Amino acid sequence: MAKVFIYPATSLMLSDLVSRFGHTPLGSSVSIREHIQTPGFDSPPLQMTSEDPQKGLKWAAVEVPSGVRGRMSLYGPLVEEAEAAIIIDEPDLAFGCMGCARTNELLAFMLREKDMPRLELRHPKSKEEGVTFVAQIKKFLSELPGGSA
Amino acid sequence: MKEYTPEYVGTVTKYVFVDSPDTTPQDIAVAAYEIAQGVMVKETCFGCQITGTPEDVERIIDHLRSLDPYRIFVKDRGFPPGDSRRCRANLGGARPGYLGHEFEMKLSLYISYGLSEVDKMTPAELKRAAEKSLPVEENLDIGQLEKIFMEK
Repeated sequence: MAKVFIYPATSLMLSDLVSRFGHTPLGSSVSIREHIQTPGFDSPPLQMTSEDPQKGLKWAAVEVPSGVRGRMSLYGPLVEEAEAAIIIDEPDLAFGCMGCARTNELLAFMLREKDMPRLELRHPKSKEEGVTFVAQIKKFLSELPGGSA
Repeated sequence: MKEYTPEYVGTVTKYVFVDSPDTTPQDIAVAAYEIAQGVMVKETCFGCQITGTPEDVERIIDHLRSLDPYRIFVKDRGFPPGDSRRCRANLGGARPGYLGHEFEMKLSLYISYGLSEVDKMTPAELKRAAEKSLPVEENLDIGQLEKIFMEK
């Protein structure tokens, strides 16, 4: 069973497909859960404290906005932990909780830089593309350690 | 600053989404309640949310997936249901994450079809299907961009 980083990190479909085919999806919920289940100072809504942008310095320079560094303190450890990655190119849903374009660019860059198996694809726009989408993901995941290949 | 004492420590929460002509969110919730054994299940308009120990949640998810394997989708959630920091009962209006879920559930038709077709494939057929590329949008031609730029 491999740890697979999913991008967008909030993706429902990628999270489902990765766990359906027997691997562990690494998305933002993993980091958020860790944050909100750790005692400390009350800092709603996401329990992000002033320490988080400092932790983010490991992945983003000091002149980078604190919002990017704070987000990187969530995603950075997951990228380091990841053994593979699935990246949706230009996802329309990368707004809202995934809404920081600069963080998204940095995240995609880090995933592409890291020496690990990587699958890049687009969201399907028809049933036929749906078959290709699922087939590509299934084949990719089956070739990872612990996959069914 | 005040002290923060977390609730539901050591639990996981999972969303279960269903988009099926045969299975309703209510069916999913009832099926989850039947085998809940003390695990927290919250029925929602799209399916349910399940909160409990990882083993218990996995047991319920496995059962729910078997009801409609290609049309049930499961996703991890960081917050437990009803958390005052995220629950729309306290905030008013849909919370930001639902925009993403709403967008992706529109793709569920294609992905459900893909899952059912891929399940029938032999390894050789799977390899052939995976070799097809998803069409990539072409970048805007520089001449075209210049033309748009010069237009009044």
